[in-house]
Amino acid sequence: MSFDLEKIRGDFPILSTQMNGKPLVFLDSAASSQKPKSVIDTIRKYYEAENANIHRGVYYLSQKATEKYEMARIKTSRFIGAACAKVVIFTRNTTESINLVAQSWGRTNIHEGDEIVLTELEHHSNLVPWQMLAQEKQAVLKFIPLNQDSTLDLSNLDEIITERVKLVALAQMSNVTGTIHDLSAIVRRAREVGAKVLIDGAQGICHLPTNVQKEDFDFYAFSAHKMLGPTGVGILYAKEEILDTMPPWMGGGDMISKVWKDKSTYADLPARLEAGTPNISGVIGFGAALEYLESIGMQEIRNHELELLQYALDRLEDFGGLELYGTNDLSKRGGVISFNFPGVHPHDVGSILDEEGIAIRVGHHCAQPFMDFKGIAGTCRASFYLYNTKEDVDSLLVGLKKVKEIFGRVLKR
Amino acid sequence: MSLSDSLYQEVLLDHYQNPRHHGKMEHSDLHQEGVNPLCGDEVELFLKLNGDIISEISFVGKGCSISQASASMLTDSLYGKTISEAKSLIHEFKGMLLEDKLPNFSEDYEDLESMEAVKKIPARIKCATLAWNTLEKAIGK
Repeated sequence: MSFDLEKIRGDFPILSTQMNGKPLVFLDSAASSQKPKSVIDTIRKYYEAENANIHRGVYYLSQKATEKYEMARIKTSRFIGAACAKVVIFTRNTTESINLVAQSWGRTNIHEGDEIVLTELEHHSNLVPWQMLAQEKQAVLKFIPLNQDSTLDLSNLDEIITERVKLVALAQMSNVTGTIHDLSAIVRRAREVGAKVLIDGAQGICHLPTNVQKEDFDFYAFSAHKMLGPTGVGILYAKEEILDTMPPWMGGGDMISKVWKDKSTYADLPARLEAGTPNISGVIGFGAALEYLESIGMQEIRNHELELLQYALDRLEDFGGLELYGTNDLSKRGGVISFNFPGVHPHDVGSILDEEGIAIRVGHHCAQPFMDFKGIAGTCRASFYLYNTKEDVDSLLVGLKKVKEIFGRVLKR
Repeated sequence: MSLSDSLYQEVLLDHYQNPRHHGKMEHSDLHQEGVNPLCGDEVELFLKLNGDIISEISFVGKGCSISQASASMLTDSLYGKTISEAKSLIHEFKGMLLEDKLPNFSEDYEDLESMEAVKKIPARIKCATLAWNTLEKAIGK
């Protein structure tokens, strides 16, 4: 199927709305993507005609809801190349998926003096849970350092990932700079020392063809809302032999086998790690999002973003005077551009662009250690997805010109 | 005049670019730090008092033009004024931004009116009020 941008844009109702009287230019998909009509309709249909709790009722509606919920799990396992559906655990978001690993696997397997390796480019959701675990267990956090172009400096990998390391946890793709990390070298080294590898796929899975078995990830965490699905649905994949050893982390309904007054036995996977009524409509809607992405093709989406990225980087270079972060090697970069306007705070840039109907993200992007590394307060971030166009990039440049005009009055002095 | 033109007027940009009473102060009587954790704006206020009078005031900080210009305007407005004047000015400034009251500043404080445009951009109101909340903490309600 060819990549029909006009048709794709027509599938997203929000893209034809106006912002401050101007056409919406949405360049913040790295924070949360927009949703196609098929996802919105699927959720609406569930509430209008199919709503019931799952795994409990003997009546038709409950069985239908259960079937659709479990079908979304099967679709998810196929989408990421997992061996079977029961290794897909639904949570609320990427953050909860990572906390699940920290609280269940981490508390069981991380002991005093053990080491956890992260990078200096991690999102807070793949940093703070490990800080909390390390404090509790007297474990040690270590960081793979960065090169100036925001790629990982892997030159001392063997000294960083030693026999004491039990876990290496890092993002597939940075939400700040768009850097796509060379995971194969890290996975290989982790295997040599017997460490597990957790990949924060929040930014990766939505942009890159990904196969968790081929790439040999132990844990893979991501969210539905960055890949055209609804908010409130997170996913944790882990290898079956690891999940089998993980104790429950939240107790309650659905995760049990038998319950007495003083003790309980626990259900098999995946129910053991999914206590309580889940986000049923969200998971079913996520199934529709996966179908939509598959109908376009992840490689086609990647190619489209690369074209936009090249176009945008060229135009931003030509604009002059902007500070751009991230590597110029596009094979190591997804459709995210972080930049600064020297002398102008990112929040001021964001407000002026907002008035032009242009939505970008400004600030530290929940990656404060990276901001410290660069010695900056934050960045302006424009991020692309399958529905963005070169005209969106042109609008961004017009907006930036306006910023230059307004602040030029004082910056020249 | 567009929204950003009315907000980013000469007076705001001038305070941002040439902040008044900027710098740390040794041996201050009152010292207070304020931060907006979500955006990372920071303001640190220093005051010296002579009885009830603010005999010296200064600030340091980092952040967007609105947060820093607002801090500059605050120090400029309150230099040599009394604590009770400061309290009523905080009240009036926050009333303008948070309760949609019309500004009614005396001539001494006329720069502050330029901040009224911020209320049309709700996401930035916390930037404008940061220094004022910090001062409120420093002198107590």
